[in-house]
Amino acid sequence: MTIHAPASGLTRAVPKAVNWNRLQDDKDLEIWNRLTVNFWLPEKVPLSNDIQSWATLHADERQLTIRVFTGLTLLDTIQNTVGAPALMPDALTPHEEAVLTNIAFMEAVHARSYSSVFSTLCQTAEVDDAFRWSEENAFLQAKSQLILNEYDAASSPLKKKVASVFLESFLFYSGFYLPMHWSSRARLTNTADLIRLIIRDEAVHGYYIGYKFQRMLETLGEAEREEIKNFAFTLMFDLYEIESKYTESLYDGVGLTEDVKHFLHYNANKALMNLGYEALFPDSVCHVNPAIMAALSPNADENHDFFSGSGSSYVIGKAVATEDEDWDF
Amino acid sequence: MAQLVYFSSASGNTHRFIENLGSPALRIPRNKEERLPAVNKPFVLVLPTFADGNGHGAVPKQVIRLLNDAPTRSLLRGVIASGNRNFGRFFAFAGDVVSQKCGVPLLYRFELSGTDSDLHRVKHGITEFWKRQS
Repeated sequence: MTIHAPASGLTRAVPKAVNWNRLQDDKDLEIWNRLTVNFWLPEKVPLSNDIQSWATLHADERQLTIRVFTGLTLLDTIQNTVGAPALMPDALTPHEEAVLTNIAFMEAVHARSYSSVFSTLCQTAEVDDAFRWSEENAFLQAKSQLILNEYDAASSPLKKKVASVFLESFLFYSGFYLPMHWSSRARLTNTADLIRLIIRDEAVHGYYIGYKFQRMLETLGEAEREEIKNFAFTLMFDLYEIESKYTESLYDGVGLTEDVKHFLHYNANKALMNLGYEALFPDSVCHVNPAIMAALSPNADENHDFFSGSGSSYVIGKAVATEDEDWDF
Repeated sequence: MAQLVYFSSASGNTHRFIENLGSPALRIPRNKEERLPAVNKPFVLVLPTFADGNGHGAVPKQVIRLLNDAPTRSLLRGVIASGNRNFGRFFAFAGDVVSQKCGVPLLYRFELSGTDSDLHRVKHGITEFWKRQS
């Protein structure tokens, strides 16, 4: 309800109860329902089934994986404790505030999930090392600082949302790549299932915050809109530069850097689309490895639809959940 | 000459895709109090996906309303669906649902507001598709 404590002597604004039967924006209820239906906890994923698979990884691959997950934990921690709460004072509706509390909590669940992976698969000492590494890694710290600068209360509501969407829809993906890579090679498949739940949540978060950004942007004049757009693209360039170096520092050793960068470009474009902007990176640098795409979305193969396939045949969807009281036929 | 009929929620992703496509298209209103467009020739439906983690609720209610009208439904020739690959096997799932319910081909899937490649493939694909239909 964005009520700030008044200085003594001033009258406090009337506290108002949130009424979900009087909506100003249908999107709030739509997203609330989506997020609550999708609620999960790491205990539902049988991570211990990955113990044998973990043992087959080389020492450097294990270290890489722990570091990548620690980096993701840091971003989730920032979003949980600073990012989502920072958006609340700017909420346009009381329902938006409620949705943001859900987003904040799920980020805590995500951050907590990586620790479940660690306690199931790893030695305490190697995990402690990785947490120390995350505090000392210049690239990880640099991108966190750039985002946190925008979350400062002095920053504009729109700039906070841009930073938030870039964190949710772009910065995570240098990390998400690795479990998808392992999964495509039948390694750590249960861990990958857990990461997919996180990936699904982040898509809803990025979409919703991007949507609220667009609602707020449309109230501004042409010049201000142009200024925000310049800010967004400049921040994307700055973050991309750091992400490139972070990616090289992590993945050069396993020879995956180029592949990861295509994945970064592809996701940077999606982050911009969530804000209502056009893509930045041309399709020629967004050729994500099909094995990674398949690990992300098992039915995303090119032959699934008519225009992408040979054109001689098409797939009518398999048994699908079409039951819905609204269909008349 | 056939046409496109599309739904776009307040996020505007599908609307931006249609705008960039530059083909004539009828928009299904978001508000259920508004009148549905009068469709009187064969059409391809373009729609976004809103499925939850179990695939439920994929097709927007307003699209269901349009398809519940039997004469309109009989003119549907194909479906193009958007979504986000982050949703795994339910990526663009609204396309699978409409394809199966109405017995029409799922022509194409794209993410959010689509890329240049998506626009190119859909432009080319639609032209070829109508040639074969006629």
